[in-house]
Amino acid sequence: MNAPATLRDYSLTGPASGPGFAHAEWYATPIPRTRMKELMKRSDRAGLRDFGLWAGLTVASGALLIWVWGTVWAWPVALIYGVLYASGAESRWHEYGHGTPMRTRWMNDAIYQLASFMSLKNPVLWRWSHARHHTDTVIVGRDPEIAFPRPPSLLAWVLNLLHVVATSKEIWKALRLSLGLLTADQKDFLPESERPKAFRAARAHVGILVSAGIAAMLISSWLPLVLIGGPTFYGSWLHHVMATTQHAGLAEDVPDHRLNSRTVLLNPVFRFIYSNMNYHVEHHMYPMVPFYYLPALHEDIREDCPRAYPSLLAAYREIVPAVIRQQTDFNHYVRRPLPAGAGPTPAYQRPLIAAE
Amino acid sequence: MPNWIRVCAADEIEAEDLIRFDHDGRTFAVYRSPDDNYFCTDGLCTHEQVHLADDLVMDYVIECPKHNGQFDYRTGEAMRAPVCVNLGTYPVKLEGGEVFINIQGAEQV
Repeated sequence: MNAPATLRDYSLTGPASGPGFAHAEWYATPIPRTRMKELMKRSDRAGLRDFGLWAGLTVASGALLIWVWGTVWAWPVALIYGVLYASGAESRWHEYGHGTPMRTRWMNDAIYQLASFMSLKNPVLWRWSHARHHTDTVIVGRDPEIAFPRPPSLLAWVLNLLHVVATSKEIWKALRLSLGLLTADQKDFLPESERPKAFRAARAHVGILVSAGIAAMLISSWLPLVLIGGPTFYGSWLHHVMATTQHAGLAEDVPDHRLNSRTVLLNPVFRFIYSNMNYHVEHHMYPMVPFYYLPALHEDIREDCPRAYPSLLAAYREIVPAVIRQQTDFNHYVRRPLPAGAGPTPAYQRPLIAAE
Repeated sequence: MPNWIRVCAADEIEAEDLIRFDHDGRTFAVYRSPDDNYFCTDGLCTHEQVHLADDLVMDYVIECPKHNGQFDYRTGEAMRAPVCVNLGTYPVKLEGGEVFINIQGAEQV
C-alpha cells in the first residue's frame, strides 16, 4: 500500500476527496444465499424485546432518579440512568438508522427519531453521513466519520468521556442547521432534497432542549436538564469507550473491513447497551444483518477474519500504543494478520492523489 | 417487436426473493413476489451502484444491501433515503415455465 508521507487532509472537499470505493470491490466472506437470507431476516419480536427492555430500564431509572433527587442516592442512580439513556441511545440510533431490527418499517423509523434526539444527532444529516461511512469506510477525504484521523487527538478522546467535544459539536450543528446553514462537508453528502428535513429536525431538537432549560429555570432545579439533554454529556462514556475500538489505529484506504475494523468480545451487559456493535467487522461486511444475528454471523465468518479481541482491555492494549505512536509517525497503523487460507484483500484501486 | 430474453426457469427464483441477471454488459434484478408474480428492475441501486441481488426482499420492497435504501420493485419507486432516484423497470412474461424480460421496454415511474 502507498502510505502518505505527510499530514493528510481528512476534509471531504480537500485534495484527498474525489471518488471513493463506491464502485470498488470490498472484500466479503462468501456466504450461501440461503444462509444470508436467514441472517438478514427481521423480527418485530426480537426488535421489540430489545427496545422494550432498554426503554423500560431507562424510564424506570429516570423515575427512580426523580424520586431520589436531592439525596446522595441521586449520583449513582444518575450514573445508571445516564448510561442507559445516552450510551443506549447512541447504539440504537445506529441500529435503527440501518432499518434492520424491526420488520415493520415505521417502528424502525420512530425509534430512530427518538434515539437520534437522545444522542443529539440530526437524524437526516447522520443518515446520509453514515451511508457514506459504509460506502467509503475509513477512506480519507470520503468518510465523514473517521474518528481517529492521524494524528489522533488524545485530549479530545479524554474530553469525550463526558462527550464534551462530540456533543458540543452536535449542538453547534443543530443551531446552524436550525438557521438553515450547512458546512461545505455537509453539502458534499447531503442532497438538496434532504436539506429542509434536516433543518426541521434541528429546530425540533433545539426546541426540546430550550424547553427543558426553561423548565429548569421555572422550577429552579437542574433536574429537567439532568433528565433530558444532560445525559448525552454525562452518560455517553461507556459507548465512547466501546466505540473507540471500532477503527482506531487501523488501516486507512483499504477495501477490506477485516483490516480497518475490529471485532471485540464483550460481556452480555455491554453487548446489550452497545447493540452488539462489538461485532464490527461483521457489521461492516454485511450491514443488513440485524444486531441480534451478528454473533451468529461472527461464528460463520470467523475462520476468514483476524482473531477477535477477547476483551476491551486486549483491544486497548493495541490501540493505546498505536495512537501514541501516530502522534509523530503519521504512517503508522496496526496491521491485522489474516489467518491462513483467508480470502485475499482486493487490490488497492484508488488512484493516488498528487497533493498527498 | 419486443426483444424477449430468457432469464431462468420460473422455479429457480424462490417466492419473495430475487436473482441477478447480467446481459449484454448490463445487470438486472428479477423478482418473484410472495403471490408468485414476476418483476424486473435495473440491478444496481441508484444511490451507490450496489447490486440489489445481494439483499433481502420483503413483500414488494427490495433494499440496497449497503445503505438500506428501499424500492418498490413493482414500480421501481424510490421509497426511503438514501435513495432518491427510481429504478428502471422492465416487462416480464412467463412462457413454458420460464421467465423472460424485455429490456427494451423500460418503464419509469
